[in-house]
Amino acid sequence: MTNSFLVEIENISKSFPGVQALDSVSLNIYSGEVHVLIGENGAGKSTLIKILAGVYQKDIGIVKFKGKSVDFQTPRQAMKEGISVIHQELSLIPDLTVANNIFLGREKARGQFLDNNYMVDKAKEILESLELNIDPNIKVESLNTAQKQMVEIARSISWGSSMVIMDEPTSSLSEKEVKSLFNIILKLKKENVGIVYISHRLKEIPEIGDRVTVLRDGKIVKTLPVKETHEKKLISLMVGREIKDYYHFKTQQKKEKIDKILEVTNLTSEPYFRNISFYLGKGEILGIAGLMGAGRTELLRAIFGIDQFQKGEILLKNHKTRFNHPDKAIGNKIGFITEDRREQGLLLDKSIVENISLPIIKFRANRGFIDKDWEKKVSSKFKEKLRIRTPSIYTTVKSLSGGNQQKVIIARWLAAESDILLLDEPTRGIDVNAKAEIYALMNDFVNAGGSILMVSSELPEILGVAHRIIVMRKGELSGILSRDEATEEKVMHLAALK
Amino acid sequence: MNLKKINFGNYGLIITFIVICIFISIMTPKFLLPQNIRNIMIQVSINALIATGMSFVILTGGIDIGVGSVAALAGIVVTAICKGFPETSIFFYIIIGLLVSLIVGVLCGGFNALVITKFNVHPFIATLGMLSIARGFAFVYTGSKPVFGLPDSFGWVGQGYIGPIPVLVLIMVIVLFLAHIFLDKTVLGRYIYAVGSNEEVAELNGINVKKIKFLVYILSGILSSLAGVCLASKLISGQPAAATGYELTAIAIVVMGGISMTGGKGKIWNTIMGLLTIGVINNGMSLMRVSSYWQTIVMGFIIVAAVSIDQYKVKKS
Repeated sequence: MTNSFLVEIENISKSFPGVQALDSVSLNIYSGEVHVLIGENGAGKSTLIKILAGVYQKDIGIVKFKGKSVDFQTPRQAMKEGISVIHQELSLIPDLTVANNIFLGREKARGQFLDNNYMVDKAKEILESLELNIDPNIKVESLNTAQKQMVEIARSISWGSSMVIMDEPTSSLSEKEVKSLFNIILKLKKENVGIVYISHRLKEIPEIGDRVTVLRDGKIVKTLPVKETHEKKLISLMVGREIKDYYHFKTQQKKEKIDKILEVTNLTSEPYFRNISFYLGKGEILGIAGLMGAGRTELLRAIFGIDQFQKGEILLKNHKTRFNHPDKAIGNKIGFITEDRREQGLLLDKSIVENISLPIIKFRANRGFIDKDWEKKVSSKFKEKLRIRTPSIYTTVKSLSGGNQQKVIIARWLAAESDILLLDEPTRGIDVNAKAEIYALMNDFVNAGGSILMVSSELPEILGVAHRIIVMRKGELSGILSRDEATEEKVMHLAALK
Repeated sequence: MNLKKINFGNYGLIITFIVICIFISIMTPKFLLPQNIRNIMIQVSINALIATGMSFVILTGGIDIGVGSVAALAGIVVTAICKGFPETSIFFYIIIGLLVSLIVGVLCGGFNALVITKFNVHPFIATLGMLSIARGFAFVYTGSKPVFGLPDSFGWVGQGYIGPIPVLVLIMVIVLFLAHIFLDKTVLGRYIYAVGSNEEVAELNGINVKKIKFLVYILSGILSSLAGVCLASKLISGQPAAATGYELTAIAIVVMGGISMTGGKGKIWNTIMGLLTIGVINNGMSLMRVSSYWQTIVMGFIIVAAVSIDQYKVKKS
């Protein structure tokens, strides 16, 4: 780490109609440091990095980059100067090759023609310098999420960026992939690149960060060296008060024998998973652990009737079932909370009411007419019960924070009086407060006799919340662990090595 | 905040409408005569039927550009059948007209939906096919000659009155009212919005997206056919070249009214505002003796402008 400031931010403010997103924020970033930004949803992290990246323009204040005052009008300008962003939603073009993506926007040309050979060679060089084993000639669509992220990083390096902003880069990575991302970050540090790192995973901060800045309500609460802090302290800085050990939240242990509500035998859907057998008990939370691409999401989709399976059997309450459409699963009181709530979970520009009632309006309809009184009542009830923070139940869900959006989806399936919930990464991208609330809701749900099948890539979450854990590896069931025998090491061992 | 935005959008539309009305009434005093206002209502009524079907389709994020051809085909079929029964009551013609609307609409709309859902063809291309197919049938069936020789009573729907109200206007009001109830109050209406808002979310919440697409294209087919039947009645003849370019007007009405081309957003109220605005613009141009060729040019610009505004709104939100 050198002592020159790469970026100096002095008293910048930014407001949107009705919201003061940033309020007189000052922050310095050194070359070669990993500067972690944390804060609850809506704390102003995204606004801050969007200003640095030229997506938004600040209202007042000064931003200096390499000692020079700058005011980027477009992301392209920022990139040219050497600031690039690895977004949560990756911005690669799936149909183009890795090399073409790396050079997207400033293709090397010879006359009017693309110089593909040059781009492939150069891309290979960059990928090798990052010790990445990715063929620059293959199409991006055939890469997994982690690899795509690496390609984005390679792209920002090829622009010669001296500052890289990473927006929750690990949120969709498995533990192993996180390791290789961290290796790359260390390499960037050595080359004196400044890194701004946004994360919700407090656990990884000591591992990767140099300094950490906590934002709350558009203001900086504190910037401090990572060495001088710990998880609990960061949480209390973020929320402004102490909250109880959210990661060590334990659902109540189940007693003796339980009734099987869902039993899966030899379920096979090539090429995603094969010969999966397990049962889910009434009142139980069954965790499904595994790495990305282990077939966990596909398993949930097959049970819910979105994808069809080739072999095997599903017994629901001792009856053989096979759903050919989610419609049937919903009719049998199963709910599905998808991993990507913005793309697969919510009608973003519709109201909370419409989002909650969506799967069940037809069951409540009177000769095809919507029962609007019921709809309103049930939405108000769950808004109160789940403490969804919103001005009104007719607010569009787009304007809610991630945690509140997730609560709307949970409310939907509670309103549907589901017996079984299939959850796919239920707390991804959600701040700590909302996380704790969602665990509590899950706990209440199973205590009332519901059952949960939960896919999660966060080991502390799965160890804390699940009663039993099944582990999948490359489409196969590699083990079933009870809560007492499960440890991070054992789960990882089953997920990755065996 | 969101509420304000919507309100402003609606006011924007009303303000535009009023400004246009004031401008035209200054240019030509005839504009505000009761007779002319009734003319406007009659002129827009047939387009209103097509635009209502188009609204359903666009709300799901699709488009139907075959509507004009389907209308022409239905007009040919109904005149060809009714020509064989010259000595019957108006009631009989109405029954035949409704049956033809239903059958031609279900066949053409169902074919569109089949191609779109089963073979994953983009709605624009699928209905572009229908634009050619239905028009082609209309010409082949008639040997490209108009169907004449119908009794005057066949023209009751297109030219008649119930009390002071033109039958066409009455049909328009009923259709718009039913469409409003359908979209706003029924489960299927809600599903149309859900599909237009996000197909995958709709599917995962138990909505049969394909079924909803069949529904909207069939409704569009039926309403276009009904429009074609009304037009045939108005002309008391079947013209294979009738309703040419009506798809353009219908799309202009829908987007001008503020229904989003990306789907999921807009109400029948928007369609009505679009209808009135386009109707007044067309009527004004005719009163000011702007040639119909120039009117076509203006209509084109209106569509482009309305969609541009829509895109701007989408980007802003």
